[in-house]
Amino acid sequence: MDVVINGESRQVADDADLAAVLAEFGVPERGVAVAVDGAVVPRASWPGTELRPGAAIEVLTAVQGG
Amino acid sequence: MDDPLVIAGREFGSRLITGTGGATNLAVLERALIASGTELTTVAMRRADAGGRTGVLDLLAKLGIEALPNTAGCRTAAEAVLTAQLAREALETNWVKLEVVADDDTLLPDPVELLDAAEQLVDQGFVVLAYTNDDPVLALKLEEVGCAAVMPLGSPIGTGLGIRNPHNIEMIVSRASVPIILDAGIGTASDAALAMELGCSAVLLATAVTRAQDPERMAAAMRSAVEAGRLASLAGRIPKRFWAEASSPGRPMG
Repeated sequence: MDVVINGESRQVADDADLAAVLAEFGVPERGVAVAVDGAVVPRASWPGTELRPGAAIEVLTAVQGG
Repeated sequence: MDDPLVIAGREFGSRLITGTGGATNLAVLERALIASGTELTTVAMRRADAGGRTGVLDLLAKLGIEALPNTAGCRTAAEAVLTAQLAREALETNWVKLEVVADDDTLLPDPVELLDAAEQLVDQGFVVLAYTNDDPVLALKLEEVGCAAVMPLGSPIGTGLGIRNPHNIEMIVSRASVPIILDAGIGTASDAALAMELGCSAVLLATAVTRAQDPERMAAAMRSAVEAGRLASLAGRIPKRFWAEASSPGRPMG
């Protein structure tokens, strides 16, 4: 199925959970947070969080700013 | 630390809060941060690159400076609340500099969305430092909904126009019981000193340092200015008067 990570469409396995998708994306060990369809998913819940086709995944981190 | 800045029960020795935006590179930023003496520094939340690194967080950790995530770029309360929740998750802090701006041309705070977001975030257990207009009424409302600090602008972000309405800042300070932190518009050291002389508890600035010709030197200037302004504020200035008043008694031949 297709999901959208940070605005870009990406093909993942139909049964991939959030943890698997993020691992493939290359999410750093710390310093990031993830929202799916506008709701925060805590790191501990990444494994087992199922995704619907077309799910919008946002991966945010801290950068220089402000 | 005999005169600490206290926000939500936490003490800071420095009354200068810095931002990290605008620095040409991390090495320049590092020297400026050290020169500033700051203990609290803002970072923004943005989409991570695949396999991306978090350079600025590593730098702040190395320098022992607390990272204060902001919600820069948010236009609605909903966006700001979600961004704050993501920041809490990513940085493991419940502190947030709440920023909800109306448009790109002015970057002025949107008061309606700001107050809404502040209320929601306080309810969710955040320590909210709210960036706001220099409006004494709104500042008080932000305090009433539970913000830990209120941060009125001196003038629009990045303009370097200094404090356009010192009277409003004084009015905000006079009624506040939480720290008032002058945020945005600082151009040079005298602006930072004035903010402190007006009674602000601290100054938050970024561009004035990061985009100065010599960021490290300007950071040192800001550090001194904030300290000088604080001392002057505590010392109590003389009243302004219309006619001269001799500081020596009488006349030599009288």
